[in-house]
Amino acid sequence: MTPLDLSAAAAAERVRAGDLDAGELWELYRGRAAADDLGAFVWVAEERPGNPTDGPLGGVPVAVKDLFCTAGVPSQAGSKILEGYRPPYTATAVERLTGAGAPLLAKTNQDEFAMGSSNENSAFGPVRNPWDRERVPGGSSGGSAAAVAAGLAPWAIGTDTGGSIRQPASLCGIVGLKPTYGAISRYGMIAFASSLDQAGPLTRDVADAALLLSAMVGKDPCDSTSLGLPEPVTEPTATDLRGVRLGVPEEVFETEGVESGVLAAFEATVELARQLGATVERCHLPHAPHALSAYYLIAPAEASSNLARYDGVRYGLRVNGDADLLTMYLRTRGAGFGPEVKRRIMLGTYALSSGYYDAYYGTAQKVRTLISDDFRAAWERFDFVVTPTSPTVAFPLGAKTADPLAMYLNDYFTVPMSLAGIPAISIPNGLSERLPTGFQLAGPAFSENRLLDAAHALERAIGFDGSAARA
Amino acid sequence: MTDYEPVIGLEIHVQLSTRTKMFCGCELSFGDPPNTHTCPVCLGLPGTLPVLNARAIDFGILLGLALECEIAPRSLFHRKNYFYPDLPKGYQISQYDVPLCRGGRLGEVRIHRVHLEEDAAKLVHLGESGRIHGSAHSIVDFNRGGTPLVEIVSEPDVRSPEQAREWLQLLRTTVRQLGISDVNMEEGSLRCDANVSIRPVGRSELGVKTELKNMNSFRFIERGITAEIARQTALLDAGEPVVQETLHFDPQSGSLTPLRSKEEAHDYRYFPEPDLVPLVVTEEMLAEARAQLPELPAARAERYARELGLADDRARLLAFRSELGSYFEAALAHDGEDPQTLANWVVGELVSRIGDADPAQSRVAPEALAGLVGLLRAGRVTQGGARQVLDRLVADGGDPAAIVDAEDLGAVGGGDELGAIVDRALEAQPEEVEQLRQGNMRAIGPIVGFVMRETKGRADGKEVTRIVRERLGLS
Repeated sequence: MTPLDLSAAAAAERVRAGDLDAGELWELYRGRAAADDLGAFVWVAEERPGNPTDGPLGGVPVAVKDLFCTAGVPSQAGSKILEGYRPPYTATAVERLTGAGAPLLAKTNQDEFAMGSSNENSAFGPVRNPWDRERVPGGSSGGSAAAVAAGLAPWAIGTDTGGSIRQPASLCGIVGLKPTYGAISRYGMIAFASSLDQAGPLTRDVADAALLLSAMVGKDPCDSTSLGLPEPVTEPTATDLRGVRLGVPEEVFETEGVESGVLAAFEATVELARQLGATVERCHLPHAPHALSAYYLIAPAEASSNLARYDGVRYGLRVNGDADLLTMYLRTRGAGFGPEVKRRIMLGTYALSSGYYDAYYGTAQKVRTLISDDFRAAWERFDFVVTPTSPTVAFPLGAKTADPLAMYLNDYFTVPMSLAGIPAISIPNGLSERLPTGFQLAGPAFSENRLLDAAHALERAIGFDGSAARA
Repeated sequence: MTDYEPVIGLEIHVQLSTRTKMFCGCELSFGDPPNTHTCPVCLGLPGTLPVLNARAIDFGILLGLALECEIAPRSLFHRKNYFYPDLPKGYQISQYDVPLCRGGRLGEVRIHRVHLEEDAAKLVHLGESGRIHGSAHSIVDFNRGGTPLVEIVSEPDVRSPEQAREWLQLLRTTVRQLGISDVNMEEGSLRCDANVSIRPVGRSELGVKTELKNMNSFRFIERGITAEIARQTALLDAGEPVVQETLHFDPQSGSLTPLRSKEEAHDYRYFPEPDLVPLVVTEEMLAEARAQLPELPAARAERYARELGLADDRARLLAFRSELGSYFEAALAHDGEDPQTLANWVVGELVSRIGDADPAQSRVAPEALAGLVGLLRAGRVTQGGARQVLDRLVADGGDPAAIVDAEDLGAVGGGDELGAIVDRALEAQPEEVEQLRQGNMRAIGPIVGFVMRETKGRADGKEVTRIVRERLGLS
């Protein structure tokens, strides 16, 4: 057994107990990260930063999605328009992690500006899934998910706008948590869709997720929409689900495109939950089938505005700086953004245009409210709603790049929670055709502790072994 | 020819004099080296987020109350999207359909709305003209970017260029009195756009309006609007339509040139700013603002008219130039006998001598002016003598009674001394006396003139007339 076999929380525990040297752990992981052949990283630290190791994170290094600003370290959001950009400040979430004793190991590859579900939209190349190198790791936090699954990093953080933590976690066989909107500061996260973006952990197990989350949460004076959590994050310890009421949305079974292996794994785990003492009933989220349509109006609308700042004037790429202003704008943005980003800027610009605003953005916001109401109604009867995380297992590289709509369907089960701003976690749910599937639990706002506990009990019962991906 | 009535609405941007910017901690500055008051937030760096300046909200509420607006208990910030190098985020954070303040009035002009927003950065065009045309390069100074602004939009209640200027002066005084801005047009802390249309007198529907952008002095505003009314009148008289457009007024040439037409109008794609939560104004915040409200010019004018019996125009002149009002009240504290005469001496005699300067900065102490008016009332100095005393006070300061004595400017006393001189005048001018007896009162002029010559102007004309009438037994 090497330190690489330890979960991050177990490694932190040993460092704090004096049984493991934090410097040795760093070198071990730095070596693995430097040898990355999955395309998971866009930058790897040369030397161990001098931050403290006596914090709760015990000196266990962390990999951070490229879009988190890190002072002096490239922060490019997977985009050519920010190639080589080194910000003068560090994101609050990263500050908190390093302050709690987790040194920055690497920046992870991602879909450009977090737009994508396969990590194929990165300006810095695709990421390969450690379970099958010809397949995608999911996205947009594909680099973080692949790195943790392959044991190139003990743990990582990503961001989730419509599923960008949970879906790649599912496809890579690890745990991914999207906290309640506002639980973690967005300050320093390069924005995709401000009302949806939320940082969260991608980890080997649920206990790691809880520990990493505990270090990041809290109100931040630099983010007016941050709230923190009403109580500290506690270590999940539950081993059964007695008294827990689970709702299984009818819509899971009414949806086309859910692979049979994914559905079978999901139903098996629902049965397992029953055996652990949970009561399970069907529930109804009547507006959930419209979530994807609403999401693909709201998120691009916000993105079209958030990405306006990449204009070649102050930082990042500038093309034809000697031409007139409009030419410089057009050439810079034309050259700097990839096709998916351009598509969403166009979509979003259209959705906000005068004369179309009410029909598109306005209607989408109403649908968003209805989806929140659906969940609120569900919480009267249930503690959690459970679904498969992704309708499919990891698909081959290039399989969906020509069909944006097929790609968008990956987010079918994850988007409703994003629109409602509620926490949701994906845990590994066994293999289907030798590829991981994911089981998603979603709870009311600020229910992270209960959610982590339930996920912990299920994780234990499922007994998933991810070591094959780390070999 | 048709007679036209101008219909004018004003949009005013006022930079708030908070310590820091609207959404970050950078200090406000004017004239500092470029790009020395910036941070990741006001430079719009990736990942940054705005945080509302609490003081700017307080100032907005204060202004809303002063303008008798309704303060929204919950208002929203929106993003106004457009590309320009002075706008680092690619959008301006402003208020749109749910502003902080609605309705209200200042003087005779109704207020449509007042909202909070952030200022853009400053573009510097390199080249001889300093304007964008003919400039090879432009550089950006982000010191100004993110400065808190209030935008005040009036209803189209202004009917003349002069009224526009006067109303803006009242607005400036009001804002200055609130202590929320320097309201300095030269430094750009007060900027004004005017919407101008004309319509035949008696017609109620509005004509097509044009917008005059960014005029930077009260005089230019008045001249610009005057020029635009003339231009529109000439168009309509010639049977041509007025086209809705935005115009730039060049004060040097007096010409109006189009900036952009409606066809090129931006679609700003407003949507609620997701990085901010709604702005909630509590009862406590309102109560605190109400307690802070000073007496405002309109109320002050009304008080002068009601309590002191000043004529409306006098009262307004004193109140709308608050430094005059303060000076007047300081003088009044020394001599409250005759506020009207004192007011006349402040806004008439004193202002004609010191112009736009603050009288408190002049050599004439308020008690000195009050003393002078007292001497006048006691008959110790004549109007003419008092004017000479004021000349000396403006030049050197000092005590009016002492000046009267030293310069021998005292009125030639009543009764015997003056009577004797009048008698000499009557003797010297028998022809005029005869005419007076026949009822031609104009003949009194030469007699008074004689007395004035004899007394070197130190006699009171009224008193002389009285004695003449008494001597000749005229009723």
